[in-house]
Amino acid sequence: MSHAKRFSCIYHAFSAGGEEGWRPSPAPPPGMFRAVAIRFGMGKFLEEALVRSPYRFAFAGVAAAVLLATGCSSSSSSGSSGSSVNWANETSVSAGGGMNALVTAAKKEGTLNVIALPPTWANYGTIINTFEKKYGITVNSTLPDGTSQQEVDAVKQENGSPKAPDVLDIGLAVALANTKLFAPYEVSTWSDIPAAQKDPSGLWYEDYGGYMAIGYESKFGTITSLSQLLTPKFKGAVALNGNPTAANAALNGVMLANLAEGGTPSNISKGVAFFHQLKQVGNFNPISATGATIKAGSTPVVFNWDYLNLSSYVGVPGWKVFVPSGVALGGYYAQAINKNAPHPAAARLWEEFLYSQASTGGQNLWLQGGARPVEQQAMTSAGTIDTSAATALPTVSGTPVFLSQSQSSDAATYLATNWANAVG
Amino acid sequence: MAALTSVGETPIAAPAGRPRGMQAGRRRRLNTFRYVVFTLFGAFFLIPLLAMLRFSLEGAKLGTWSLSAWRQIASYQGSGIPPLLSSIEITLELAVITCAVMLVLLVPTMIWVQLRVRWLTRTIEVLCLLPLTIPAIVLVVGLGEIYNRIQRFSLSALMLFWIYVILALPYAYRALAAGLGGIDVKTLSEAARSLGASWFTVIVRVIAPNMRQGILNAVLLTFSLVLGEFTIAYLLLYTNLQVELYSISRNTPNAGVLFSTSFAALLFAFALLMILSYAGRGRRRSRG
Amino acid sequence: MTVAATTKTGVRPSWAGRRPHAPTWVGTVPFLAYVAIFLLWPTGIVVVDALKNPNGAWAFSNISELGNPLVRDYFIGSFKLCLLSAAAGAVFGAILAYAVASGDPDGLIRRLYIAVSGVLAQFGGVTLAFAFLVTIGPVGLLFHASWYFDFPWGIGLIYTYFQIPLMVLVFMPAIDGLKVQWREASENLGSSAWQYWRYVGGPLLAPAFLGGALLLFANALSAFATIQAWENQIAYIVPQQISTAMSSEVGLSSVNEASLLALGLVIMVAVVMTIYALLQRRAARWLR
Repeated sequence: MSHAKRFSCIYHAFSAGGEEGWRPSPAPPPGMFRAVAIRFGMGKFLEEALVRSPYRFAFAGVAAAVLLATGCSSSSSSGSSGSSVNWANETSVSAGGGMNALVTAAKKEGTLNVIALPPTWANYGTIINTFEKKYGITVNSTLPDGTSQQEVDAVKQENGSPKAPDVLDIGLAVALANTKLFAPYEVSTWSDIPAAQKDPSGLWYEDYGGYMAIGYESKFGTITSLSQLLTPKFKGAVALNGNPTAANAALNGVMLANLAEGGTPSNISKGVAFFHQLKQVGNFNPISATGATIKAGSTPVVFNWDYLNLSSYVGVPGWKVFVPSGVALGGYYAQAINKNAPHPAAARLWEEFLYSQASTGGQNLWLQGGARPVEQQAMTSAGTIDTSAATALPTVSGTPVFLSQSQSSDAATYLATNWANAVG
Repeated sequence: MAALTSVGETPIAAPAGRPRGMQAGRRRRLNTFRYVVFTLFGAFFLIPLLAMLRFSLEGAKLGTWSLSAWRQIASYQGSGIPPLLSSIEITLELAVITCAVMLVLLVPTMIWVQLRVRWLTRTIEVLCLLPLTIPAIVLVVGLGEIYNRIQRFSLSALMLFWIYVILALPYAYRALAAGLGGIDVKTLSEAARSLGASWFTVIVRVIAPNMRQGILNAVLLTFSLVLGEFTIAYLLLYTNLQVELYSISRNTPNAGVLFSTSFAALLFAFALLMILSYAGRGRRRSRG
Repeated sequence: MTVAATTKTGVRPSWAGRRPHAPTWVGTVPFLAYVAIFLLWPTGIVVVDALKNPNGAWAFSNISELGNPLVRDYFIGSFKLCLLSAAAGAVFGAILAYAVASGDPDGLIRRLYIAVSGVLAQFGGVTLAFAFLVTIGPVGLLFHASWYFDFPWGIGLIYTYFQIPLMVLVFMPAIDGLKVQWREASENLGSSAWQYWRYVGGPLLAPAFLGGALLLFANALSAFATIQAWENQIAYIVPQQISTAMSSEVGLSSVNEASLLALGLVIMVAVVMTIYALLQRRAARWLR
């Protein structure tokens, strides 16, 4: 039986009721829907619901709303289908046909998905705005407080979706563990990145970093040594900015104390012992420091990266920074491009922007955010660096120490078993 | 037949004038009890909110006052965030759709189970408690796969309603069960059926009006859940009201913005729920 | 008016009166199907992940990890916190619900408290923890509660802030269902207020009360944003450890561990639900 006839049966069934009540017509024709409805006694139910009920408009309204919502939602255009170059496979700008080709392709894609880039972190707010204005590409920034692991999880979870993150800014440990998710790419200033700070096949490359420091309110005077934190003046004041078994910055905070107390990068026990001491004299603050807690005065002393201890980031005037002398514990983050990025050209253009040494390029913008860009040495020699921002950086003395993969995982394992006992 | 009244209503044939004797004493004691309770609980709820409000009005130095945290809600220039109004609109639409689907799904099912399939009661109860036992961050691991498939049909944040209905189930079920437990469903349904009503009429026009407070509370809880839901939208990379407010607060070093946005969201939800609560009791007075 | 179906000619069709009806549980199929797709499937994925190791192979021995003393401590901590906040929330919420329900059904206070409860029931996370921090924390506006960081008292108090409103909303419909006639009848028979509550009102409300308490327990179980903001240097409860396992960027992350802990939570809720079912059976024994 044709569909039209089938549906006309249903229509008759629904309107057959009239004013006298339900009256089944003889021998229902073999239409599917109608037969089932009558067979299970649902015919009157449906008729009531859809035709005679005073709520029928409400039902229709909700159904229409749902249909409209699903139908009218925009599915973003998936990449450019007309160009001859598939930027997802290109490993450098020159291979893809030059900067202009890249810019055109990126503009055609029109969107860039970034993840875990809080605007006040290392000047990312300005960086995103500058990029948007310069190229006219809309940047979608999600999960601003995500950890590196959450960024990688988002890449896996959104695989194939237009919402998947295009580029990642992650800690080294997570980068090294997930290289199979990245696409190899060498920015045009590749040679200016020190060899030790990039992957030879171009899967990841460090972007900016800083040194671990202790920020504190000016009411404490000036701190000159770590042991001062154990004095009664600092009761309930000393805080980390996360749990060291979960957050990279907090782990490095404990490591800073470790190194200042004479420990080595391979053994974090002295750092844990220091915090145990803090806890015993009542100076350890279990709250994780955030901008709000700092402003409220609940966490007046915070272990954090120096670019996150800027007075402007913290939002408290008079915020001071102390780095224990002779201890320069550094940490750099790394960039990577999602192998299955929904906007491959925009992703690569973003990387070019971040590593550009122009006065309004990514490297200088990071510098203005208090972070040390990875190409700093090359830029200083070439004179392209923003000198006022460079001199404003907190000075560190001593040989810079960067935790290797094995050192940080050893530290994490030690913390997993001993941290709760030390500060609990 | 005695009028079906309950604790919250005065009986239709109430005696005129002040109640005397035992009733007066009881009424007085009840009123004292009520006012004491309202004052104590009111203070308990209000004080932390006021502290938060005060913090959001703090200037750069503690002790000075400033409206900048509030002004920033309207005047921010988002870097990478869609406008606030569109996320308010999406969240409101989400709330309406979630409510509607939840009611259509739960109310008939619960009534049917109570009438005809009583052995399924415990199962439904367990199913309606399960969404609360798994933390959102882990649930997203499983949800990610489903949403990957849904995203082939629609990228809109409105697709969150599928999971929001599930999240609302525990609360709505409990409110509806409390409402359902207070009425004699069996008698009402048998009476209506014997008068020729279809099941639709029985559910929508006979039983549901008797559960009005339960349904209203379920709707309020669902609305409030959708307006306040953050984690799942955040982890699935959608933007709803709470995610948007959070992004706004991260956009500035002024920590007060997190609290001005929270407080604004609370006030907004409160206004909405007050309006909804008026929808619930309108027709009472005309009974007679 | 006859119920039997007749056609226009007055002859009964052959299939009238002998319509095979679908089994009654078919009415619950839409609900069950929805729940199966959007709740049971993600839960299944989580459970499967719990029993695998990171390279995807089955590892049923993972279950023994739940017996690890460190892991057991998390579950005990969760249980303590949930029990405390559920008990306090249920009792105080019931009192507040009674105070609200016993007033004017169309009055402003009732609407106000319902709307406020709706809003605060879903209020939580960073902003709630912070609100309490600036009220009774170390530099609190009101005073410094020295037990603020004692587990479970400090965080338990913060939890009751949203547990009480939730109880009000899910319990009030039950109070509305208490008929005034029952109170009058029991007083006519000479009972005091205490006797009324002990023998009539209490048992009638017991199922709804227990259900509300169970909901509060489950509600507190998977909440973690509040406690993360309160203090997260030590993992007191399971969701904190789950969060570490899901998002640790120092190499301690493991989806399998997180899923396993979630599975443990489900098992714990199953145990609590069994106790609840036993209590319900006892409480409802004389009803119907």
